[in-house]
Amino acid sequence: MNAFDLSIWIPILPFAGFLLIGLIGKKYFPSISGWLATLFMGVAAALSIYVAIDYFFLSAPSDGHYIAQEIINIPWLQFTDSLSINMGVMLDPISVMMLVVVTFVSLMVHLYSTGYMHGEKRYATFFAYLQLFTFSMLGLVLSSNLFQIYIFWELVGVSSFLLIGFYFDKPSAVAASKKAFIVTRFADLFFLIGILIVGVTGDSFDFNTIIINLTSPEGAGKLSATFLGVSIITWALTLIFIGGAGKSAMFPLHIWLPDAMEGPTPVSALIHAATMVVAGVYLVARLFPVFILTGSGAIEIVAYIGIFSALFAAVIACTQTDIKRVLAYSTMSQIGYMMFALGVSNMHHTDGFTASMFHLFTHAFFKSLLFLGAGVVIHAVHSNDMRDMGALRKYLPVTHLTFLIGCLAIAGVPPFAGFFSKESILHAAYATHPDIFYLALITSGLTAFYMFRLYFSIFWGQKEIHLHHFHGEAGWSMKLPLIMLGTLSVITGFVPFAEYITADGIPHLAETDIMFSIAPVLMGLTGIGIAMIMYKSANALPDRVASAGKSVYRWAYHKFYIDELYIFITKKVIFNLIGRPAAWIDRTIVDGTMNLIALMTTEISDSVKGMQSGKVQGYAMYFFAGVIGLGLLCLYIWL
Amino acid sequence: MSPISLNHILFISTALFFIGMYGLFTRRNMITMLMAIELILNSVNINFVAFNKYLWPGNLDGVFFSIFIIAIAAAEAAVAIAIIINIYRNHNSIDVADTEEMKY
Repeated sequence: MNAFDLSIWIPILPFAGFLLIGLIGKKYFPSISGWLATLFMGVAAALSIYVAIDYFFLSAPSDGHYIAQEIINIPWLQFTDSLSINMGVMLDPISVMMLVVVTFVSLMVHLYSTGYMHGEKRYATFFAYLQLFTFSMLGLVLSSNLFQIYIFWELVGVSSFLLIGFYFDKPSAVAASKKAFIVTRFADLFFLIGILIVGVTGDSFDFNTIIINLTSPEGAGKLSATFLGVSIITWALTLIFIGGAGKSAMFPLHIWLPDAMEGPTPVSALIHAATMVVAGVYLVARLFPVFILTGSGAIEIVAYIGIFSALFAAVIACTQTDIKRVLAYSTMSQIGYMMFALGVSNMHHTDGFTASMFHLFTHAFFKSLLFLGAGVVIHAVHSNDMRDMGALRKYLPVTHLTFLIGCLAIAGVPPFAGFFSKESILHAAYATHPDIFYLALITSGLTAFYMFRLYFSIFWGQKEIHLHHFHGEAGWSMKLPLIMLGTLSVITGFVPFAEYITADGIPHLAETDIMFSIAPVLMGLTGIGIAMIMYKSANALPDRVASAGKSVYRWAYHKFYIDELYIFITKKVIFNLIGRPAAWIDRTIVDGTMNLIALMTTEISDSVKGMQSGKVQGYAMYFFAGVIGLGLLCLYIWL
Repeated sequence: MSPISLNHILFISTALFFIGMYGLFTRRNMITMLMAIELILNSVNINFVAFNKYLWPGNLDGVFFSIFIIAIAAAEAAVAIAIIINIYRNHNSIDVADTEEMKY
């Protein structure tokens, strides 16, 4: 069987696992469901690596030009001859890359969860949800058209909701899951409108057809339509980007991501670090040729939202004390990087595309590594707060080492993975948008600072920590994923990414400029140095700095009051100005009409029900009276 | 003695009809009510036969019709008596006033 035909089985395997564990396993074999799910993921991961090897090496076209291949494409809803919703599987460089990332990280998280969730009451349910999520994400990645991606987009939203709210007896988890679902769902409304506009303008929902229709010279005529003075395609792409921004936690729709950390830590590693949150980046990358069309300003929006989110999140991350929240803001910041890397591209400079995908690839490994490491720490300390931690390097040697690798990778220290990908992003930004480049440089310094603040607070410091019930670091099922992801965080940077994944499928030569790297690396090292001085050993410096920049610190600590702003807008403005009048109309006018009709029916039936007396002779009397009446009527009419 | 005219017969059948109706409305006993219904049906039969004889003497349509009605009346009586027997088993009575479960 051809490797490409096998790709259809990659999403089906976790779905089968979900059905098996969710329907049967929960009741009959809960204790082995974790291993069963891991086995399914193992097979899926092996298949995706096989597909990737086949796509990039064995079946690679001789001219090195990778093309998108639709393995299957079944019409599902046919609207017109050219417009239909299909269900398909598409393999192209980025989807194959995402297949490997998703299945591999998911496999690591499954393996880790068998240890982390051990003894949990809803152990099997957890794995059923993880399988459902993995299925949805793989479906999203393999989608061949906009509607299919939208279906799976909502499915990942649902599974994220289920997993964030996994501890549903905790009110904060319930609130967080609702928040995540509502915020992303709100963004998806715009996404849907965008899909419809693109579908009608491009006369197709299929990615390849849309791109061909809109980028061809004949397609240019379709783009001349404007709405409110802005071209229709800009509207559509902006709306689609809003959907992507909701899922990828871009400002101002980022508020759900930090709260989503209420879910179990492996979930944060899988969904809120490596896979689902990059769906927005993936979506923009999917429609990249349309985004960079001249005349559509949507790409600029992507760029500026991206860089702003990156910087904004980095500033907040410097002040948070919950280790998972720091990681959440750092995720948001790194996704901001990927976004603006796409955004700084134009028709002539598409290096940003490669850079963005490269960063997505490396980030998935080192960020899930950091989250899984944080999970071990939380397991040992029974707290999320970094102020309860310190000097843990003696207790958790493996975690310490791998966490350090992760921090070095995200800080962009050579030769770790993050260095190469961040480097190519900065390079792409420098070529077209110097302003974004300088902001990104500052962000990378901040990134190094807050990551090493986290690292030193957890593993160094002189605080005497007494670990209660400490039974050694963790089982091998938790250590092995850390070690494997740590290894990948070191080596993935050396993948010659530009030879495989480019915007047009034609390999570029990877170029590295040693001189260019000096500034970012110096920024990173400065950040690390400052963090080391402030947090390596307990001293008064952090407090002094905090009080020196008091107002800034307070604003950042409270996440710039964005949550409060949302609450003000929703509770005060929307509830009072829209909600209450709507409720009044609903209660008095809509319900009132219905109640009146019901009341009238009751009254009338009450007054006439006496006629149905149960006395047969009464009925006969009515009948004859009716006949006589009818007879008289006939006589009156005809005589 | 003048021959019997159509009017005489119509008088009989009308009388029969209203006697039947009176019986149907006033009697409480279901068997009696059934008998009253038979009276009504027979008054109709008389009408059919009489009109056939006096107005279209050459035809037999009215006669056939009355034969059909007799057959249907027999079937109807069988069904009605079966119902009445069942009511009797349930209520120990064949008084129509006792069977009013189906009212509102």
